[in-house]
Amino acid sequence: MSVHFKQDEPDTSNRLDDMKQGVIGAPLPRVEGMAKVTGTAPYAAEYPVENCAEGVLVTSTITRGEVTRIDKDSVLSMPGVIAVIDDERLITRPAQGTANEAPQQKPKSVSYWGQPIALVVAETFEQARDAAKHLKVEYREDEGAPLSPDAVEPEEQEGETVHQGDLAHAMAQAAHSVDVTFTTKGHSSAAMEPHAAIAQWDGECLTVHASLQMLNYNITELADAVGLAESKVRLISRFVGGGFGSKLGISEDVVSASLAAMQLGRPVRVVLSRQQVLQCIMRRSETTQRFRLAADENGRLTGFGHEALVSNLPGESFAEPVLQSSHFLYAGQNRELMLKLARIHRMTAGSVRAPGEAVGMPALEGAMDVLARKIGIDPVELRLRNIPEDNPEEGLPFSSHKLAECLRQGAEAFGWDPGPRKPRHTREGEWWVGTGMASAARVHNVGEARARVTLKADGTALVETDMTDIGTGTYTILAQIAGEMLGLDPDKVLVELGDTRHPRGSGSGGSWGAASTGSAVYVACTALREELARRAGIAEDELDLSNGRTQTGQTLTDLLGGKDMAREGHYEPGDIAADFTASGFGAFFAQVRVNRFTGETRVDRMLGAFGFGRVLNHKTARSQCIGGITWSIGAALTEALEFDPRDGHLVNCDLAEYHVPVNRDVPDLEVLMVEERDPAASPIQAKGIGELGMCGGAAAIGNAIFDASGARIFDYPMTPDRVLATMPVD
Amino acid sequence: MRPFQYDRARTLTDAVQITQGEDAMAIAGGTNLLDLMKLQVETPGKLADINRVGLGEIADTDGGGLRIGALATNTATAVHPRVRADYPVLSRAILAGATQQLRNKATTGGNLCQRTRCYYFMNIDQPCNKREPGSGCGALDGIAKLHAVLGASGECIATYPGDMAVALSALDASVEITGSDGMERTIPVRDFHCLPGDTPWRDNVLEPGEIITAVTLPAPVGGTQLYRKVRERSSYAFALVSVAAIVEMQDGVFTRADLSFGGLAHKPWHDPRIAQALVGNAPSAQLFDRAADILLEEAQGHGENDFKIPLARRTLHAVLEQASENAA
Amino acid sequence: MAETISINGTAHPIPDDPRITLLDFLRHDLRLTGTKKGCDHGQCGACTVIVNGMRINSCLTLAAMHEGDEVTTIEGLGTPDAPSPMQRAFLENDGYQCGYCTPGQICSATAMLGEIANGWPSDASETLDGPIEATGDEIRERMSGNLCRCGAYANIVAAIRGVAAEEGA
Repeated sequence: MSVHFKQDEPDTSNRLDDMKQGVIGAPLPRVEGMAKVTGTAPYAAEYPVENCAEGVLVTSTITRGEVTRIDKDSVLSMPGVIAVIDDERLITRPAQGTANEAPQQKPKSVSYWGQPIALVVAETFEQARDAAKHLKVEYREDEGAPLSPDAVEPEEQEGETVHQGDLAHAMAQAAHSVDVTFTTKGHSSAAMEPHAAIAQWDGECLTVHASLQMLNYNITELADAVGLAESKVRLISRFVGGGFGSKLGISEDVVSASLAAMQLGRPVRVVLSRQQVLQCIMRRSETTQRFRLAADENGRLTGFGHEALVSNLPGESFAEPVLQSSHFLYAGQNRELMLKLARIHRMTAGSVRAPGEAVGMPALEGAMDVLARKIGIDPVELRLRNIPEDNPEEGLPFSSHKLAECLRQGAEAFGWDPGPRKPRHTREGEWWVGTGMASAARVHNVGEARARVTLKADGTALVETDMTDIGTGTYTILAQIAGEMLGLDPDKVLVELGDTRHPRGSGSGGSWGAASTGSAVYVACTALREELARRAGIAEDELDLSNGRTQTGQTLTDLLGGKDMAREGHYEPGDIAADFTASGFGAFFAQVRVNRFTGETRVDRMLGAFGFGRVLNHKTARSQCIGGITWSIGAALTEALEFDPRDGHLVNCDLAEYHVPVNRDVPDLEVLMVEERDPAASPIQAKGIGELGMCGGAAAIGNAIFDASGARIFDYPMTPDRVLATMPVD
Repeated sequence: MRPFQYDRARTLTDAVQITQGEDAMAIAGGTNLLDLMKLQVETPGKLADINRVGLGEIADTDGGGLRIGALATNTATAVHPRVRADYPVLSRAILAGATQQLRNKATTGGNLCQRTRCYYFMNIDQPCNKREPGSGCGALDGIAKLHAVLGASGECIATYPGDMAVALSALDASVEITGSDGMERTIPVRDFHCLPGDTPWRDNVLEPGEIITAVTLPAPVGGTQLYRKVRERSSYAFALVSVAAIVEMQDGVFTRADLSFGGLAHKPWHDPRIAQALVGNAPSAQLFDRAADILLEEAQGHGENDFKIPLARRTLHAVLEQASENAA
Repeated sequence: MAETISINGTAHPIPDDPRITLLDFLRHDLRLTGTKKGCDHGQCGACTVIVNGMRINSCLTLAAMHEGDEVTTIEGLGTPDAPSPMQRAFLENDGYQCGYCTPGQICSATAMLGEIANGWPSDASETLDGPIEATGDEIRERMSGNLCRCGAYANIVAAIRGVAAEEGA
């Protein structure tokens, strides 16, 4: 039985708080944790499949043009080689998040260096890898492809444009103003598990073990790509070795393995090499962002301008939504916001953890720091003075808003010095030491989701949905939600995820998984409670099921009477999305040291204070936060994609030269979770967590670099060369 | 990886024999060679596994120095009591490189032969004169952040990426080499690596069929020994600039200043004129600048790596300041 | 007698194709998929295993090079029924998220405590000859060969410190 719930109104009943099991929010270890720490959790490429052939992708060595010939004979005689797949249905780019249709196909048409054009299949991985290097390909190159965002006239993204009041006038009249331009380099998700798929074809149905975040959309994308009905496709992603946006849509491994399996009639595994993951999955676009901030003598914003330039391939709808939180974070009656997209021939740009705010917020918060220094007020105070009552553009109320609490509590816990102070105030040996702060903001998203909850006759529960757990803690929090609602210890709740045979969840992306699929589980459990209440003769809102027994002494198993009871919860975001602006908020504080000789920066300590609605598990929520802060460190100091100026290829396409932070880059981190229930965010009052931790954190570090060394840097990442070029001479 | 014939050498003679021939190579730790073989940057037809030929020993020499076998792992060398006590710059340099996992496999000989990390060298679909003579240098007008500012040529601007050899250069160690004819020769580490010139494919002076058997350190010189590595991450990253320094002072003036530099050139960079400028003088910012002027006299940036020139100067300052404080 | 490698105490014949890395031998031939392939180039540490007591990247070594060697993988450290102290500590401290780098982290951490016990210095050590303690700074440097993209480092360090304290390292 399916129960539908569409949220059109805020829900202030906070039902989960009425339950007596006491497991919601508890810092429980992950239910799948033992499998992970013992290496027994199977990831996509690791399923034992008999007679599995191995495929390796061949990628383009031109930037734009046509493949005129693939000389299959050049490899078919090599040992073990079975086939060269150059099917027109191969995809050449990954699908964008929630695309729900196949991405660009027709692999003979090349639009970026490194684009997949064919798959070589052999008996063993070693044979396929060697043969892929030997495949002879001829091209007709279409010279002159634009490669740099400033090489073309960019397209305005009109939906993002805001002209409100007269910013130029506000700037001219302002007691204090800043007009600064920041840049950020491209980022890679660089999930630790490379994209991988094992496809099996039985002549009618296609089953694919893959590493994907959003099976509900991925099944449609795959069915569309290979030309099958969705009912003939099954996707399985029980364990996903990190996603961070790179596995939102189907990727080239999934479709090439599928087509090869269908053509050859035997299972085929395709695992992208690390270089291929970097070169032909998603990049976060580089950005150029101009800020104009006008303030009165008290530091209240009268004008707010944010114009950004990003890039993507022709034909892609995605434009890094840099302005996302700028629309509502700070006051300012006179507003100019504009996003422009340059069409260039670098690899596909798409979602990388926290698309938009991940780079928009560090730039905005850097500009705010410049303004605070100019006015001469505490940067915490500047932010507190500019928290708007309502969304300053749309006039909508906020669903809930904890920025002020995060700023105040964070500052106190960190021991923030409100100043006034000048840069280069503290030196320890070779190192300048300073502190910086920034606000955090990330829009809250929810999506439609379904989950089935079955109370088993033996008094345990089973939760089934095709939702994924990409390291976020989904397995655990769904067990906690069901456990809380049904009066079960979470170890009595079995959660099965990542299989399209289950009801369709929201998938993991945009930090929406917990609030969306968690709400579907909540809806199903509410329906189960109603039936149990009816059987027990107790009103549902009074029913206490804790520890498997009602307040009148009936046991759960009695009420079930030897039979399973199942309900499918179907949650849908409703009109409420149009009535409120919903966002997570927070604040970052960082202490850094900058070497006066070499410009090297080290983060000494960092604190994040966040308000993101109900916390479903304090352990996994905190882990999401420290993960986000770690990404902030990477964005601030080390991560930068470098593209060749002549053919646009990604130059630093490995983990030796694309510098994700290492353990030594990350100090002990402190996380404060500010208690909050957001009645409009979701039926469980929870908001997204996974991305907020990196939405602004890089600015806390950048601002601290200025406070420490006097180097005001407008370009992320702040590598030693950039610090040296900017740091005043001793 | 191309198919290859794998042979396990049991003795040095074996090893030398197996590695005869155009497309034969010796494999020890494998941490660099297998990396490059997977990319087909290296495509040996024959691989001689020399791990069991007994060249792992670290032993005192008659002259009070230390002989480090070619197959001693980086870890074995870095933690060796005598290296820690008498050649701390070598321990420090090794520990600043790579990771414990890699150092546990990487060997003395292999590390000396480590190839460049130039992006264009490592991508067989890009031009590179080192990998494919005559194809051009991709880095020259490309992305050259890692690249050389000293001793480069129009053919190649790659850098030697290692740390250990920079310390060996400062220590004036020697490399023992055995040839196909059983002939042995010894050359200073400072002369082991080549500048690219018009033969950029040549990383070092090893002739085909020659194998490194050991590195010999001279008798301990004492002094203050430092290895300073500047990199983009705090660990597990190649040097932007590194400095190995052995410094002694007496009565307020430098009596020894043996310095070698990494990250700047196709080889660990050692310029004896720097020691000449420093020795006999008291430490001062002006003196350090004079040393940097000598070091960087011929320095030439390629846009993206221009920063290495001021960075080298400043790192040299930092090292000399620290070393003179420690030594005083 | 065929040449063999001992994996978690069991002897296995060396594979025929010399191109097979120790990592692919474990994952593919032996189906010991606990050891992960993250980069295949020694740049991430997900493939870390312990060979004759030393942690190494199994992706950068050929199976054929390990005749007679003793290899310990994550499966050899502990099982769901009998996890090792380090495995338990990672679980309790949430020293992982997606779990993909985790076996490599745990193998690495296990061997690392032995290195500290041996008194081996690291880049973070103040002196080369002093006693080494499992401080946060030491652990962070010594674990920098194991990337974790989820960003669990702070919890990984906490897990290792806990085990080190218990073992009196």
